Amino acid sequence: MSNYIVSLSPHAKGPLTTEKVMWGVVIALMPSFAFSAYYFGIRGIVVTLVATIACILTEFVIQKYLMKTTVTAFDGSAAITGLLLAFNVPSSIPIWEVILGAVFAIAIGKMVFGGLGRNPFNPALLGRAFMLASFPVDMTTWPKPVTTQWLWNMGASVDGTTAATPLGYLKEGVKMGESVTNLVAASPERFDHFNLFIGNVGGCIGEVSAFAILLGGIYMLYRKIITWHIPVFYLGGLALITGIFWAMDPTKYADPLFHLLAGGAMLGAWFMATDMVTSPMTVKGQILFAVCGGLLCGLIRMFGAFPEGCSYSILIMNAFVPLIDKYIKPTRFGKEVNYG
Amino acid sequence: MDLKTFKIGGVHPPENKLSAGVAIEAAALPKRAFIHLGQHLGAPAKPVVQKGDTVKVGTLIGTGEGFISAAVHSSVSGTVFAIDSVIDASGYKRLAVIIDVAGDEWEPSIDRNPELKKEIALDQKAIVEKIKESGIVGLGGATFPAHVKYMVPEGKKVDTIIINAVECEPYLTSDHRVMLERADEVLVGTQILMKALGVGKAIIGIEANKPDALELLSRKAKDYTGIAVQGLKVQYPQGAEKQLIKACLNREVPSGKLPLDVGCVVNNVGTALAVYEAVQKNKPLFERVVTMTGHKLPKKANFLVRVGTPIAQLIDSCGGIPEGTAKFINGGPMMGKAMVSPETPVTKGTSGVILVDGSDAKRNAPGDCIRCAKCVAACPMGLEPYLIEKQAEYALWEEAEKEDAADCMECGCCQFTCPAARPLLDNIRLAKSNVMRIRRERSKK
Repeated sequence: MSNYIVSLSPHAKGPLTTEKVMWGVVIALMPSFAFSAYYFGIRGIVVTLVATIACILTEFVIQKYLMKTTVTAFDGSAAITGLLLAFNVPSSIPIWEVILGAVFAIAIGKMVFGGLGRNPFNPALLGRAFMLASFPVDMTTWPKPVTTQWLWNMGASVDGTTAATPLGYLKEGVKMGESVTNLVAASPERFDHFNLFIGNVGGCIGEVSAFAILLGGIYMLYRKIITWHIPVFYLGGLALITGIFWAMDPTKYADPLFHLLAGGAMLGAWFMATDMVTSPMTVKGQILFAVCGGLLCGLIRMFGAFPEGCSYSILIMNAFVPLIDKYIKPTRFGKEVNYG
Repeated sequence: MDLKTFKIGGVHPPENKLSAGVAIEAAALPKRAFIHLGQHLGAPAKPVVQKGDTVKVGTLIGTGEGFISAAVHSSVSGTVFAIDSVIDASGYKRLAVIIDVAGDEWEPSIDRNPELKKEIALDQKAIVEKIKESGIVGLGGATFPAHVKYMVPEGKKVDTIIINAVECEPYLTSDHRVMLERADEVLVGTQILMKALGVGKAIIGIEANKPDALELLSRKAKDYTGIAVQGLKVQYPQGAEKQLIKACLNREVPSGKLPLDVGCVVNNVGTALAVYEAVQKNKPLFERVVTMTGHKLPKKANFLVRVGTPIAQLIDSCGGIPEGTAKFINGGPMMGKAMVSPETPVTKGTSGVILVDGSDAKRNAPGDCIRCAKCVAACPMGLEPYLIEKQAEYALWEEAEKEDAADCMECGCCQFTCPAARPLLDNIRLAKSNVMRIRRERSKK
C-alpha cells in the first residue's frame, strides 16, 4: 500500500549505542594509557597493545569459526577487556603470558557464557586471577617507574631495579612486625599522597595514577556511560573500613587516603566494578554491591594473604549480582503510597 | 519560580520544538471530510445521519453509546456522501461519516462572537451534561471522554484539578500555542471544570521550556480565584497523568488506581479550551490545533483543523512531502503512532504530525543486552524493563505479572535510552496484554 515505515513507538532514539558506550570507556582509559607510557616506557605500551589485540582477535576467532555467529569483536568491549587486563599486570610481564591471559579472559571469561552481556565475572579480572595463579612471580615483580629512559627492555625496568608496590611494601613490613609509622619513615616516597595521586610509584601498568583514572571517570560520567554510585560507594566502603582500623591504631594500619590512592582501588572502582555486565541493575543493588566490594577490598588488604584485594573483592561481588538483582527491586511507582 | 518534577525515572529527549514560534492558523476546509465515529477511548458513536443528509458545522452525526463513549459532530457543512470504513491512525479501517463539503454554514446555536465570556451561567450538573453532549474528549492524545471524569462516583472526593499543559513530547507545540493565544479562554475553561467538580483549587502544570506561556498564564491566573500555575522541570514523561500528579502535589496514584483515588482530576489544556467553547459558546468539539512539523518540512505550522480533514491536505499546505520522508507520526515521537498513509484524517486526538526522515525513521539493529541498567533508571514506574522483556521472550506471563508488567504505561523511556536498541517496549506490550489475558481468565474461573 505504502512504502512508509510503520513501527511501534517510541520513534525517537537515545544518543547512546553499545559501540558508543564501549569505545567511550576505551577513550576514558586513554589518560591512564598515556600515564603508563610515561612511567613504564615503550614496554608499557607494547604490553597494552598486545593484550588489546589478543582479546579482539580471540573474540573474532571464536565468533567467526567456533560459534559461526555475527562478529561483534570490534564493538569495543573486547578492547576494554584487553586494556583493563594490561592495566592490571606489571609492565615487565613476559609477552606470551599476557597473550595467554588475554585468551583466557575472552574465551573462558566471556565467550563460554555466550559473549557480551552474559558473562557473570569481569573478564579482565578473571584473566588477571588466572595469570596471578599461573605466573605468581612475574605477576608480582614490578619495575620501578622510570620516566626518563624510553627503552625497550625485556626484563625488569630500564635500570634493572624492581620495586615493591606501596601495598606490597606495607604488607611485608607489617608481617615482619614493623609498625606503620616506622615503615613510612623508612620509605616516605611510597606513602606520599601526591606521588600516589599522580602515579609515581611502583605498580601495574594502568593502576598507578589516580589522577589519570579520575580524568577517565569524569569523562564517563559526563558521557552518561556510568553513574557515580558504584565508584563513590566502592571507595566509600574502602575508606570506611580502613578508616575505622586506622582510627583505632594508626601505628598498625595505614590511613584511608593511602588506601584509596594506592594499588588498584581507583582503577577497580571506576573501571571494573562499574562494568555494566557484571554489576547490579538497580541503584540500590549497585550501592550494596559497591559498598560490600569496598569493605572486602579493605579487609583483604589488611588481613588477607595478598597485599592487594581489589580484584578479588570485585570478583566475589560479581558472584552475588544475580542474587542482588533477584531480591533488590527498584521502588515501584504507586506501590508504597506516601500521601496522607 | 520553584520548579517541580516527578521523582523516579524519566528521560530528556531533544526537544525539537520547531514550530513553537508559529501562530495558530486556520487550515483550509477539506473538499471531503472523513469523520471517524470511534475517535475516542471506549465504544464508537452510533451514526445518526444517513447518506444524502445535509449537515451543518456542529450538527450531531453520532451519539455516544454506553458509559465510556463520546458524541461526534460534523466539522463541515455539506452532504453525507457515505458512511463507510476509513483508515485511522492505528492503521485499522473504522467506520466514518464521509461528508462532501459545501460552503461553511454553522449551526445557528453556536455563538461565534469571539468576545471572552467569563460569567458561568450553567450549574454543576448542566456543565457535565454540556461536556458530554459536545463530544469532548481528552485532547492530549488519550482521547478519554471528558465527562466521565466529572461524574465522580459516590464515596470519592476530589480536591484539585490539574490542567496538563506540560506538552512533554518533543516536537509538539499545539498546547503551547493554545496557551499563548487563548490564555483567558483556557482559564475560564479551568474555572468551569472547577465548578463542575465543586472544587476550589486548580493547578496548571507547565514545563520550563515554555517560559512565555508560564509567564503569561502566571500573570493572568491572578485574576481567577483558585488557579495556581506550577512551573515544572523539563522531563519526559511529565505529561503522564500519574507523573504530573506526583510532580504537582507529591501524591502517588496507587498501582491500578485512578487520579480520582488521590483526589485529582487531570485534563489537558486543550480540553479546557474545548470546555470553554462548549459551555460558554455552545460549540461542540469539531476542530483542534494540530502541529505540523519535521526537520525537512518546508513550512512548520500550528493549524486549527476541522476534524476529518485528511492529513495529506495539511502536509500540502506546508509545502508537500519532502524528499526522503520515511515515516509519518501521528502524535509525538515517544508515544505517537506511525501512520500507514498520510491520507488518514485528523481526529480529536491528533495533537500533531511529524514527518521523519529516512535514517531517523529506522530503528537501530538490536544487539545483546549489555546490562547497562539505563532502562531501569529511566522507567518512571520503577519497573525493570530488561527483565520483563526477557520474560516476554520466554512467555513467562505469570512471572511478568509479579514484576508488575501491567503497570507499564508505554511511555517508551526504556527503549529510547537502550544503547543496544533492544525492542524493550514491544516485548513489554506483549507481556502486558498476556498479563491482562491471564487476569481475565482467572476472574472467569
